[in-house]
This record gives sequence, C-alpha cells and structure tokens, in this order.
Amino acid sequence: MSLHPPDPAPGHAATLAAQTAARAAEQGLADVVYATVDSPLGRLVTVATPRGLARIAYELPNGGLDTILDQIAARLSPRIVEAPKRLDDVHRELDEYFAGRRETFDVALDWSLVSGPFGRRVLAQTARIPFGATRSYREIAELAGSPNGFRAAGNALGANPIPIIVPCHRVLASGGGLGGYTGGLDVKRWLLRREDRSAVD
Amino acid sequence: MSHPPPFQRFLDAQADDVLRFLIASVGSHDADDAFQETFLSALRAYPRLRPDSELRGWVLTIAHRKALDVHRARARRAIPVAEPERSPGAAHQAGTGTGTGNIEGDHWERVRALPARQRAVLTLRYAGDLTYAEIATVLGSNEDAARRAAADGLKTLRMELPNVTAPA
Repeated sequence: MSLHPPDPAPGHAATLAAQTAARAAEQGLADVVYATVDSPLGRLVTVATPRGLARIAYELPNGGLDTILDQIAARLSPRIVEAPKRLDDVHRELDEYFAGRRETFDVALDWSLVSGPFGRRVLAQTARIPFGATRSYREIAELAGSPNGFRAAGNALGANPIPIIVPCHRVLASGGGLGGYTGGLDVKRWLLRREDRSAVD
Repeated sequence: MSHPPPFQRFLDAQADDVLRFLIASVGSHDADDAFQETFLSALRAYPRLRPDSELRGWVLTIAHRKALDVHRARARRAIPVAEPERSPGAAHQAGTGTGTGNIEGDHWERVRALPARQRAVLTLRYAGDLTYAEIATVLGSNEDAARRAAADGLKTLRMELPNVTAPA
C-alpha cells in the first residue's frame, strides 16, 4: 500500500480538455480556433479568428497539424484551441461544394495571414474569379495593379492561406499549363474538374 | 522556440497530470470544475508566459491555487456544520478495504484532511510528481521546508494508516 497517484477513468482527462477548449472558445478567451475535417482531397485543417476563416490547410502537404498550428501561433497568437463547433458553417459549405451543391461561399474571411498589400490585392482579385472560370497569373497581376508582377503574383497565390474558398486553383499558367498548387497538382486538377474545366489535363 | 506552443497542445500534454493532482487534492467531485478553471486561467495568462517557462510546474501552480480555493470554500461552508454523517459501516469498510481502489481513495481522503501545507506538498509530490525543488517554487518556499512538511504529513498518515508507504 503506497501513496500512488489517483487513476482517473480512461479518457476522462481528454473529455475535460475538450469541454475546456469549447468553453474557452465560447467565452472569447481563445484568439484562434481550429478543427480538422475529412474531405475528398484528404484531411483539412480549418482555422478561424473572431473575424472569420483565416486558414484552410491541406494537412499532409503542409507538414501536418503540429507544423500548421506552430505557424499560426507564430503569426497570430498561441491562444489556439480546438473548437469544431465554431467551424461548423465552414465545414458545411465545404461539404456542399465538394458534393457539387455549392458554387460560392458565404463565410466571413480573415485576411490577416496574407502578407503585404500586393499579396492582398492578388488574393482579393482571385476571390472574384467566378466558379467555372479561370485566369492566368499575368491577368491576375494586371488586375492587382502590377502587369509585370506575375511572378510575385504566383508567389502570393502559392502562399494563399485560404485555398478552395479563395480559388487560387482557378489561376493557370499563360500557355494553358496548370502552374502550381499548395495542395499538389492532382488536387488542382480535381478542383478544376469539379468546376467542369476538365480541358486541362 | 521563441513562442509558447499552441495552447491546445499544452492542454493535451498537461491534462492527465493536472487531473490526477486535482483528484488527489480536492477529490473527484470537485476536480472537474477545478480542472476547467485551471486551464481557463492558464489561457488568460498564456500570452504573458515567458518562452522558457517550465510549463508543467507553471500549470500545477495554477491548479494548486484552484485547489486552495476549493478548500477555502469548503471551510466557509463547513463552519456551522458538524462532520458529515457517515453510515455505520463506512469506517469499517475503509479500514479493511476489500478493493484496491477504495484503499487508494481513502489515502487521498486522509491527505486532504491534513493541514494545508502538508496536503499541498504531498499532493504535488505524489500525485503531481514534482520534485521538492519544484514544489518549493510552487509554494514560494524552500526545498527543506517542503521536505519537512512532507515528512510531517507522512508521519500523521502512518499513525492513521500503519501500512502507508510512499515511493521515495
């Protein structure tokens, strides 16, 4: 007989941790909330602030959940909790989009992970490309006010923190090639086919 | 790393230790609320945390303060009330203990009845698994005083429960 640590019921600490995280989100104590969600394109990490959705990350191509959250902690705030309920609307709209029942998104966006005024202009123009349409990197650079800045535009698109909803997959190379994509080119092809642009193969 | 880790990772990593400490210190019934209060307080203070802070000692310090709040609230409630009634069989059962769980539970119940400092040192040491140096930091005391409080507490426990031993 000895003074051993108490043995809580299995899983009880995890349950309490989840309840605590949900309460922290409800009370506005967390600066950032996140969730993970399965999709036809692999697992996604969704991240929101009180202002709106700040990040959608393809989990594996972005180095996994820990790497993604470390970057958010450094860029925004370490007060991050997992609060899936707070991302229900985002997940519902993504599900509808993947199922072919939605062409535009209505959730509020937080652009604070976008670097620099040019980057913001590039992604703002990208957000206006309609479902089913595409633009070239050069066109997007022009629309963003820098006709010769197509390389910089490419960089800004590559760093798009909110892919799918800010549809950088609709921006292609001038010659009709696919260009690049944060989730890999297979994912870009999948998205373009979903939007009936299967000509790019 | 110049930033503290994402709070969720800290919460997941410390949840088990904090819950064990709180069950020992305030009992299962109040441990759940104290757990949430501990981590909500930790979250409020999180951005001010120094990057080199030792997170386990830090969160157990907060948990220790929440446990003190629970004990103080109990003391206030208990003032006009006598010792809670026990069924006639309870003392006998606790003494003979047919199940290991009962025996262990009874140990911590006795620890909870010790003077505040002894209770704090024993729960931080044997449920929180802190060293005496770390406990001294939590209590704003020194290592020798922490060791003496532990020894005094264990002495009382051994008188009540002759078989009690504590891992070194």
